[in-house]
Amino acid sequence: MPHAVETQSLTRIFRPKKKKEGSVVTALDSVDLRIERGELFGVLGPNGAGKTTLLKILSTLLLPTSGKAYVAGLDVEKDLTAVRERINMVSGGEISGYGLLTVRENLWMFSQFYGIKSKEAHARIEELLARFGLSSKAKAKVRTLSTGERQKMNVIRGFVTNPEIVFLDEPTLGLDVNAARAVRDFVMDWVQSDRNRTVLLTTHYMMEADELCDRIAIIDGGKILACDTPNNLKKTVKMNTTLTLSVYGLGGINGFDNIPGLNSYTSYKDVESGTTKLRFVLEDESCVSEIVSEVVSKGSRIMSLQKTEPTLEDVFIKLVGRGLA
Amino acid sequence: MTESYLLKNLRAVRGRAYPRLIGSTREPSWFIFDVILPLFTIAGYAYVYKFLDARAELIGYVVLGGAMTAFWLNILWSMASQLYWEKEIGNLPLYLMAPISRMSILAGMAVGGLFETTIQAAMTLAIGAIAFNVVFSLASPVMLIVVFVVTMIALYGMGMMFASLYLLLGREAYHLSALMMEPVYFASGFYFPVKHLGFWAAAGASIIPITLGLDALRQIIFPGGTEDAFLSLNTEVALLSGLCVVFMILSRYALRYMEYLGKTTGRLTLRWQ
Repeated sequence: MPHAVETQSLTRIFRPKKKKEGSVVTALDSVDLRIERGELFGVLGPNGAGKTTLLKILSTLLLPTSGKAYVAGLDVEKDLTAVRERINMVSGGEISGYGLLTVRENLWMFSQFYGIKSKEAHARIEELLARFGLSSKAKAKVRTLSTGERQKMNVIRGFVTNPEIVFLDEPTLGLDVNAARAVRDFVMDWVQSDRNRTVLLTTHYMMEADELCDRIAIIDGGKILACDTPNNLKKTVKMNTTLTLSVYGLGGINGFDNIPGLNSYTSYKDVESGTTKLRFVLEDESCVSEIVSEVVSKGSRIMSLQKTEPTLEDVFIKLVGRGLA
Repeated sequence: MTESYLLKNLRAVRGRAYPRLIGSTREPSWFIFDVILPLFTIAGYAYVYKFLDARAELIGYVVLGGAMTAFWLNILWSMASQLYWEKEIGNLPLYLMAPISRMSILAGMAVGGLFETTIQAAMTLAIGAIAFNVVFSLASPVMLIVVFVVTMIALYGMGMMFASLYLLLGREAYHLSALMMEPVYFASGFYFPVKHLGFWAAAGASIIPITLGLDALRQIIFPGGTEDAFLSLNTEVALLSGLCVVFMILSRYALRYMEYLGKTTGRLTLRWQ
């Protein structure tokens, strides 16, 4: 079975019409990607990194300058209709549709561009409206919706055509916590419910990419700097894991010296509360259980425990040289 | 073309026509703006003809011409400008990404626009006819339908072609629309028989299908219509049929060119381009 998405040396260069209008922009520079079916694949990068350009090429809206791109094994430059039948796209901050139509009518209208029978389209629309808690808004005019409701409607629009591959371009941009959570949960469930379904997600949000994606490509200046699972990406950052314990009634700290895999530790006793704060720098994370056993064996009580690991942000800063914010 | 592809495109036409079909029921203000306001212009010309003691047909021509302005306005502001609007509000990429012919989207816009505008024009015509005692003498209902249909196909074909061209012009296209209102009312003979402009001027204006369509309709529904005709009815129907083919082909090419240019430069789907 072909890859859901494959690019080979994909390059896109934007040239200004006149020299006065700016310089040549290389939006994508020899991008090689292979996304398996059933994957929820993330593309993480700052503004202008080339994320949207990549999605536009894959969704047949833009031609590459050189290189090749395939969606479901089909050439995005030659097999246009066949590619389009298999995909859909949702962008963050999208204001598509017509304000005087109701939510239900708007979704139905877009489903008609994919040739879906009205009865089938309405059944899918009702199901998705219920899934997003928008059933009560089905008859509301689109122009009366809040930003979150509107984006939920946009997400439904992208999925109502039952695509094989969905491109999500920062789908939670500007959404409040609940609306963003609803979108993320839906996307996760959608991919997991069928191994043939694939999502390519571009995002600014590290947490979103970390939580949702099976693999992540970090892109900057049109180049893929790294591509792996979130955990493997984090392992590339040479940063020790730290373990912080808040302990009540700690008798002594001598026992920690001989625990293998422990790099160093510090302690701070708060006389007023009677608790001791212990901070361990770990070389090997497997020593966590021994540290906890040592604390408990001294008759102490663990009040809190916190493990700090490298984050995707650390990976991003290491690769790109700056944060996303 | 497979049957399923045809069916898919027919569904797309219906889908895109829907907002226009339903739009008039949602915003009843159209009755004031699109039916009542044109009656003031009609009344102005009608009173001038009355004051001059002109033939009764001339007032009929004015009422018919005034009603037909709705179609020209619909072409300029709701067909030609529409793809530009769709780009601005973010619908255009979704249309271009759909697995259908782009002509189906334009056809849907045209069908929906034609339907709502026909209702508006019919109401203006009816109110104008009652107000100014216009006498109709329908020679051939079949011919009336034939002329109306070919005029509309040619006219909306022109609108479909404009839609792509306007998209390339961007915001400047609005000036073009404004520029094409009053001069076309004059050149196409909306309020007088176009033959009085002289043969070559009328022939030049005939590139706009409503010129010939209006002239042909006047020949069919007014007793003295043939006396004021620019060309014979059959010639006008033949020319209009030719314009239908020409504009449909040109609109298809314009759309393909626009899409190719958009995919090459990114101007249609990337906001920063």
